[in-house]
Amino acid sequence: MDTVIETHDLSKRYGNQTAVDRLNLQVARGEIFGFLGPNGAGKTTTFLMLLGLSEPTAGSARVCGFDPTREALKVKRVVGYLPENVGFYDDMTASDNLRFVARLNGIRDGALTGKINEALDRVGLLAEGRKRVGAYSRGMRQRLGIAEVLMKDPRVVFLDEPTLGLDPDGTQRMLEMVRGLSRERGITVFFSSHQLDQVQRISDRVGIMLQGNLVGIGPMDDLAKRKLGVDQAQYTLEEIYMKYFQEGVPAA
Amino acid sequence: MHGLLVMYRKELEDHFSSTRFILLLTVILMVSLVTTYMVGTGLRKELEGFAKPSMVFLLLFTSTGALFSLVQFIAFFGPLIGLILGFDAISRERASRTLSKLLSQPIYRDAVINGKFLAGLTIIGLMQLSIALLISGMGLWVLGVVPGWEEVGRLLVYLVVSIVYIGFWLAVSILFSILFRGMATSALAALALWIFLAFFMALGSSLAADVISPIPPGQSSDPSAIIRYERTREVVSSFSPIMLYSQATATILDPTRNTTRSLILMGPMERLSLSRFQNPLPLGQSALIVMPHLVSLMAITILCFAICYACFMRQEIRST
Repeated sequence: MDTVIETHDLSKRYGNQTAVDRLNLQVARGEIFGFLGPNGAGKTTTFLMLLGLSEPTAGSARVCGFDPTREALKVKRVVGYLPENVGFYDDMTASDNLRFVARLNGIRDGALTGKINEALDRVGLLAEGRKRVGAYSRGMRQRLGIAEVLMKDPRVVFLDEPTLGLDPDGTQRMLEMVRGLSRERGITVFFSSHQLDQVQRISDRVGIMLQGNLVGIGPMDDLAKRKLGVDQAQYTLEEIYMKYFQEGVPAA
Repeated sequence: MHGLLVMYRKELEDHFSSTRFILLLTVILMVSLVTTYMVGTGLRKELEGFAKPSMVFLLLFTSTGALFSLVQFIAFFGPLIGLILGFDAISRERASRTLSKLLSQPIYRDAVINGKFLAGLTIIGLMQLSIALLISGMGLWVLGVVPGWEEVGRLLVYLVVSIVYIGFWLAVSILFSILFRGMATSALAALALWIFLAFFMALGSSLAADVISPIPPGQSSDPSAIIRYERTREVVSSFSPIMLYSQATATILDPTRNTTRSLILMGPMERLSLSRFQNPLPLGQSALIVMPHLVSLMAITILCFAICYACFMRQEIRST
């Protein structure tokens, strides 16, 4: 197995509070990994640590063979990150926003326009590329975020809640796009979501975080067998998740 | 290096296309035009009959017309220019959630603040230069006096000091935009600092001198006590960039001034020579006098920027 993301006892503490507690996981090349858990379980913190935006308190991580803490720049060169509620410069047009990010990534001016148009075309925004981002709907912003990630030809993408607040049609398109990333271009996708039916549709493997701990990880079929005792296609991810949740959070 | 250039270019574009910049430039140009015109016409009347007035050109900048001189205006409102250019540098990125995106690109984190600071400094330089050129043009037109090389040199030094001075305020406002999350908060904090330094520093320096080296009661005529008191006051007040700036510019633009020290601190011979020999200093000598001021201004600017740097590099970046 060609491992792209791996962590060893990765931990993050804020004062007394443990946001992520000794996280161990591995994600293989080209895989779609669904990262689940309630709000505040430590998913975003994990994203930030894997990107080198936040320093782990203990433990280590490797992304494409680089240490995000020490070699942050190398990691950022090969990783695309779509934050939850991605932000853009609202008074600039979509293509100007992309142009700025492309330049930050060191893409030469000669290749810029072609790259931008290709990325916009891929997410179906080519016709709206000259519009100011301030006039974009939520779905369009989210797609523009994907375009921005695609433009740098990443080997891994981190998507934090990519479908949050999208309408059913938008969600559908987003999932298709995410699946396309992995299947057509061999990009590893590491994404978090609360919409479990969608995660179930596109993920190869899932990990479940509860209060900073990774309580379950593996292909969904395995988890179903282990937790619910049922065979293939007899379960929904929601059932697995709730089972974990009820075991893991006594107060709930 | 590459990221820095991209940031710099983008920030510069943003400044030039922003309404804020246009408004700021309009206000400053208007004020400088009006004051120069008033000063210029006043000067022409006063200088009538003088056979060979010297350094007339510089008087355009320093003499107070009906309201204030241009130098006073920049000393007082220059900080506002710096604050307006920088108060939302980082907090706006944070508010529009672009900061985490920016930092997840393959650039060094410091490229972001360096780019912003340099772009702001460029804007300040351009503004100052355009004001100086405009006033010189007005001067040529109203007074009909051509500036000599010495005067041009003095104006150049003045420009450099002004840019560093406003740059200090830019660094302050960027620092506050890093420290405070809200844009309004950072603007208010910077304004508060400006008001404190502009209005209360003189008072504060007297207070500090009262505490540190008070003049003992009954010895109010003891010269050594008075000198100690004045020295302390000067040292404390030189912590204020406004003080540093006004002393530096007054010296560089007025060749007959050959010290920045107050009269009380001078010896009798020094005072005598000052009143007897009103010969203008050469530019090199004036520059020598303001050098410490310029260096102190640069030092506090760099200090402020270093704090920015340290805070920004350690700050947790969350997407929300």
